[in-house]
Amino acid sequence: MLRIKDLHAAINGKEILKGINLEVNPGEIHALMGQNGAGKSTLGNVLAGNPAYEVTGGSIIFNGKDLLAMKPEERANEGLFLSFQQPVEIPGVSMVNFMRAAINSRRKYRGEEPMAAGDFLKMMREKRKIVELDSKLANRSVNEGFSGGEKKRNEIFQMAMLEPTLSILDETDSGLDVDALRIVAEGFNKLRTPETSALVITHYQRLLDYLKPDVVHVLLDGRIVKTGGPQLATEIEEKGFDWIKTGLSAI
Amino acid sequence: MIISELMGHSSLWIYVRDMKEIDKKENKKDKTAPGEEKNQFVREVAHKKYEYGFSSNVQTEIIGCGLNEDVVRLISAKKEEPEWMLDFRLRAFRYWQTQEQPSWAHLRMPEIDYQAISYYADPTKGNKKGGPSSLDEIDPELMKTFDKLGIPLEERLALSGTAVDAVMDSVSVKTTFKEKLSERGIIFCSISEAVREYPDLVRQYLGSVVPYRDNYFAALNSAVFSDGSFVYIPKGVRCPMELSTYFRINARNTGQFERTLIVCDDDGYVSYLEGCTAPMRDENQLHAAIVEIVVNANAEVKYSTVQNWYPGDAEGRGGVLNLVTKRGHLRGANSKLSWTQVETGSAITWKYPSCILGGDNSQAEFYSVAVTNNYQQADTGTKMIHLGRNTKSTIISKGISAGKSQNSYRGLVRVSPKAEGARNYSSCDSLLLGNECGAHTFPYMDVHNHTAIVEHEATTSKISEEQLFYCSQRGIPAEEAVGLIVNGYAKDVINKLPMEFAVEAQKLLNVSLEGTVG
Repeated sequence: MLRIKDLHAAINGKEILKGINLEVNPGEIHALMGQNGAGKSTLGNVLAGNPAYEVTGGSIIFNGKDLLAMKPEERANEGLFLSFQQPVEIPGVSMVNFMRAAINSRRKYRGEEPMAAGDFLKMMREKRKIVELDSKLANRSVNEGFSGGEKKRNEIFQMAMLEPTLSILDETDSGLDVDALRIVAEGFNKLRTPETSALVITHYQRLLDYLKPDVVHVLLDGRIVKTGGPQLATEIEEKGFDWIKTGLSAI
Repeated sequence: MIISELMGHSSLWIYVRDMKEIDKKENKKDKTAPGEEKNQFVREVAHKKYEYGFSSNVQTEIIGCGLNEDVVRLISAKKEEPEWMLDFRLRAFRYWQTQEQPSWAHLRMPEIDYQAISYYADPTKGNKKGGPSSLDEIDPELMKTFDKLGIPLEERLALSGTAVDAVMDSVSVKTTFKEKLSERGIIFCSISEAVREYPDLVRQYLGSVVPYRDNYFAALNSAVFSDGSFVYIPKGVRCPMELSTYFRINARNTGQFERTLIVCDDDGYVSYLEGCTAPMRDENQLHAAIVEIVVNANAEVKYSTVQNWYPGDAEGRGGVLNLVTKRGHLRGANSKLSWTQVETGSAITWKYPSCILGGDNSQAEFYSVAVTNNYQQADTGTKMIHLGRNTKSTIISKGISAGKSQNSYRGLVRVSPKAEGARNYSSCDSLLLGNECGAHTFPYMDVHNHTAIVEHEATTSKISEEQLFYCSQRGIPAEEAVGLIVNGYAKDVINKLPMEFAVEAQKLLNVSLEGTVG
């Protein structure tokens, strides 16, 4: 599904990713852990095509296609979804209009007719229940005046609407209390299928307790320095990242 | 009077450098800068399409360029006007000659050579005087023009519930549904016809809200005004359909000086729409209009404008100079007037649709969206003059600037000593697309009654790269995202427009800011 080879990327001329290699197969959940500044969010943004980042080397193949040759909206319409760490507010644009534009852009991309208004509203009603958002959601402006928890739930709601094949969760757990974390994580799990994959960026074990990743990677200074099973996350939770650093310098 | 007082605020007059020259230099530098990619959507957005730029090959009778008393007399004679009308024009013309063009607006106005303009162009030439009386007499080319603009002149093809007065250059081409309206005593016709047919009404009200001495362009209009609409709603009558005037400039080097007068008598109601377009021409075209509205006791008037005059090209060549005085007088108690405008066209817009709240408990509203792109300049807003007790006014202004344009809100709220309990709420928002445009707000408040409550809010925001990336990550291309955000931003105003117009305005906003992103 996703194959990243020797990926290098920079922001404002500063190299952040220094040769990432990563392969994600259909149905797999990969956790990406690491300290602040290691390059986790950069990887998420580069995959989604954020123009603020510059790819300086390497290749990414997504579902058999050259991801780096695609515009951000094409990547989205091909089934890539980024749950933002800090979702931006768009005043004046209601969620219902926003999602309708998103859904219909995708349908247009696939050569399909726009969705009928009735079907669309029904879909919104069903999907918002997954993350326990109330009926006022439709008329609220995108993320405007949303609490931290609501913003994250709104991200997962959009994921539910767009049904991506690859989801990147960029610190979706940050700023969430215990209940909100459960809602978000359970919502995500409801959306899983054997064909969908995810890349979960997090600092903490607690989200992974819910999501149960297949593979855990540790990112350090722009490279993946350690890859293991779910137990690796537990070990990091106990021993911290310094334990990995020490291990590396010993080699 | 009020305008001249605004002019007195010379400290607020802002000197604008020759922006084009500076921008050209900066642009060159910019092309090699690394920020190029990032600003691309803004640049591309700046190249908008103008759909109404065609011109029509219609046989047109034009008075030669230049302005003097003889021209004023000639216009009056062409229209077979009574003596008092000619007198009015001549007094206005003599006054105009003593005045100078105002320069207090935040506009860099090209010099207007008033002697190089023709003040009268009649595309219905060949018909008998007073314009064509039936469709058969209208030049088919003219019919085609209005069809192309989406304004069918045949009643059976009309938008449901809308009567149209179609004005091209200086002459009203056709007014639809006149007979149907007259059954209820409603008068809807061109102002030229009204001067001939209803001289008492016109004489009573013309110049009563905007006197010719009001300002420079009002004096000019009063001297040479050509055509426009006249509406009279009798006592207790609710107008059963939307009335609209569609203005079209076609002839080259011709100014359009429209004059509209709406009188809504006690307990009456009317909703009036105005639309405008012009062909693409390299030279500026002058449009100096006056709209006067009289609202009597318990009556209500809604006036909506979708202004889409040719804005000039991407380099700032050509475009309409839209210099307009619009004012309503709420004479009676409990009267209501609302101005709603969506301004996307014109190279320069200078326009302050205003309300004099004379009657006790009268209510006035001003809702405005002004879009400027490329080198367009807009200095627009309103004046709310509270004279009566418990009068209430609301101002919602949304400016959207893109390209290298300048967009200013200028508004005056005045509460006179006798206006006990007056209330005003003003909200002025500016939205910027890109880094090369400007947004400005000039609110004036002049409150002479301590029971008045006057509120003013203002915000400035920008469409950020983050917002655009967020949209594109959800599959929405940048161009569409801009449209979505702009329409969301303007929706409070768009929602005030009658349905068909709202759809039109929404499309217009998208087209105005449309680029070829991607």
